[in-house]
Amino acid sequence: MRPAAVEAMLPFFTERFANPSGSHRFARDARRAIDEARDQVAGVLGVRPGEVVFTGCGTESDNAAVLGAGGVSLCSAAEHHAVLQPVEESGGAVVGVDATGHIDLDQLERGLNADTRIVSVMAVNNEVGTITDLYTVSKLVRRHAPNALLHTDAVQAACWLDIRAFAPLVDLMSLSAHKFGGPKGVGVLTIREGVKLAPIIRGGGQERERRSGTHNVAGIVSLAVALVEADAEREHENRRLAAFRDRLIDELTARVDGVIETVPRESKIAGSAHVCIEGIESESLLFLLDEAELCASAASACASGAMEPSHVLAAMGVKRGLAGGALRMSLGRTTTDADIDRAIDVVSDSVRRLRRVKVG
Amino acid sequence: MKVMLAMSGGVDSSVAGALLRQQGHDVVGVTMKLWGGDSDSGCCSVSDVDDARRVAQQLDIDHLVFNFGDDFNEHVVAPYVRDHALGITPNPCIECNRHLKFDRLLRRADQLDFDAVATGHHARIDRAPDGRYLLGRGADAAKDQSYVVHMLGQDALARTLFPVGDIDKTEVRRLATELGLRTASKPDSQDVCFITSTGGRETFLGNRIAFRPGRVVDTDGSSVGTVDSVEMVTIGQRRGIGLPGGGPKRYVVDVDVPNAVVTVGTDADLFVRQLVVDSPTWNAEPFEGHALVQCSAHGEPKPGEVVSDGRRVIVNWAEPQRRIAPGQSVVLYELSDRYVLGGGTAAR
Repeated sequence: MRPAAVEAMLPFFTERFANPSGSHRFARDARRAIDEARDQVAGVLGVRPGEVVFTGCGTESDNAAVLGAGGVSLCSAAEHHAVLQPVEESGGAVVGVDATGHIDLDQLERGLNADTRIVSVMAVNNEVGTITDLYTVSKLVRRHAPNALLHTDAVQAACWLDIRAFAPLVDLMSLSAHKFGGPKGVGVLTIREGVKLAPIIRGGGQERERRSGTHNVAGIVSLAVALVEADAEREHENRRLAAFRDRLIDELTARVDGVIETVPRESKIAGSAHVCIEGIESESLLFLLDEAELCASAASACASGAMEPSHVLAAMGVKRGLAGGALRMSLGRTTTDADIDRAIDVVSDSVRRLRRVKVG
Repeated sequence: MKVMLAMSGGVDSSVAGALLRQQGHDVVGVTMKLWGGDSDSGCCSVSDVDDARRVAQQLDIDHLVFNFGDDFNEHVVAPYVRDHALGITPNPCIECNRHLKFDRLLRRADQLDFDAVATGHHARIDRAPDGRYLLGRGADAAKDQSYVVHMLGQDALARTLFPVGDIDKTEVRRLATELGLRTASKPDSQDVCFITSTGGRETFLGNRIAFRPGRVVDTDGSSVGTVDSVEMVTIGQRRGIGLPGGGPKRYVVDVDVPNAVVTVGTDADLFVRQLVVDSPTWNAEPFEGHALVQCSAHGEPKPGEVVSDGRRVIVNWAEPQRRIAPGQSVVLYELSDRYVLGGGTAAR
């Protein structure tokens, strides 16, 4: 977490520990902290404060958008499961993506009609880093599905894209604090003024009856601090980390045979380095990286903790064997030049070690 | 040694981990995720993975989950379904040991520079005077699992550890209780992990193969009834073959799936003098001579003379024995009944 975001939380565990829904002076103090956080968040996202709803996490925001809209839904095959699962379970349509992870616009157009109630297309893909052209997507949705709400899962976008640039294009947008240096367990759903969703969590009527439940005051305040800081650093960090990422990928592809960059750099965010390595099993590679204290990922883990074959790579048409050698490295504000050097050494050494023994 | 411990989330592998730690080994616990479908007891259900992880935390060892789902489907589930369609009754737990624990996991361990793989099986690995590895019955005769790991050859035995093979199950549970392991009183797993107790084998197979009705005939060829699914009938079976009660006891003595004919006969008709065993594997060298032969996980070993026709093994029983359903594992032990010589599967 960002030190300032940690610092911002602390008073709310001690002297400012009131429930903002109360009616006494301490409650009013907590309430004010939330109101201010909401203003800050709205400012960075380019929406009105009344359009910001605080939730428990990105998954909740995604669920609240899809399930809250009700009716016929549609999303891309590369969405996070937080969108994909509610869409699939409610009988919605799933639109394919191309080899770079971009939603297939022809298929999207064909899937849209006057009955479509909600379309969800993520701003940035969480596994491979592909950036969606929300301008084109929104034009298609508005033209061919006039009754639909457009939602974007922007959980991976906050550090890398200027959200103000695409917020006006969508009706609903999800964010999660831990993706930009805030705490886990707090998120945002923006709901454009005038849009009605059926709340998935009901009760005390907090968040203007859009999301009941006692506010996570410390988390909300911290989220706002982290988001403002991430926004201020964004341009500089994008330049710095794109150079790091390029060096990481260039060196790996030069040193190790069979390292394939999954998505071209011009299509993706700076903080994502995703490759597929031929003749390698991700689980084995991750074990060696973990031993060397290099933390990386492959796809997403299921409830048991096992790595599941990536649905994103499958949707992109990456063959199962090659997808089994996926390596997903993330760069962020704490990444240094020396980290990149070490990652290059550790990954290339580990791949060489693994290739000595034939398996599978 | 650097040891990769296969942790099912049960008490045996939990205690195996504790013993390995006491012996000073560098241990990493691994739970294999094998089956992605419905399961109620098996080693892949999330609550079992939780148990394995929590025990690993107690033992202060790392715990990982390896997803071998594709391998499990290819080497265990698909053959299980395919064999049933051919009238063969395989033992999927043995195929899982053969292909997953002592092949896939062992190779993964090699690749990651581990010296050995350990499991919680009740079996022993000893050394003969000539250095050969011997696979022996576990110290607890009632829990002995040498039958289900009989396929281990010298290469695998050299890199395998069975830390609880030397102690009996009561002692395993006592140690687990003493160490405060959360799995101390967890019941033993009994059933095939990918088959649920509610649906059973019939539902599982029924979703995957088209059952065919069959004719039931007596040994003299006369029709005596019908069955709904000839694929679900196993040699030796007495119930569920649609015969009226009250008559003399009838047993399935043959199942001809291609022609959808089930033959029933008396108990005496089940007895044969010879057993043919396919795809033999050996502890070290192929064996011929007198041996004890065990045909189910806890069945009584019976004496017979083992001869080989090069590809298959023939057991000539000392006394006639009941027919063994094709696909069942047949394991040969030394006459002392201590060590495994080899094994294979009962032929059609």
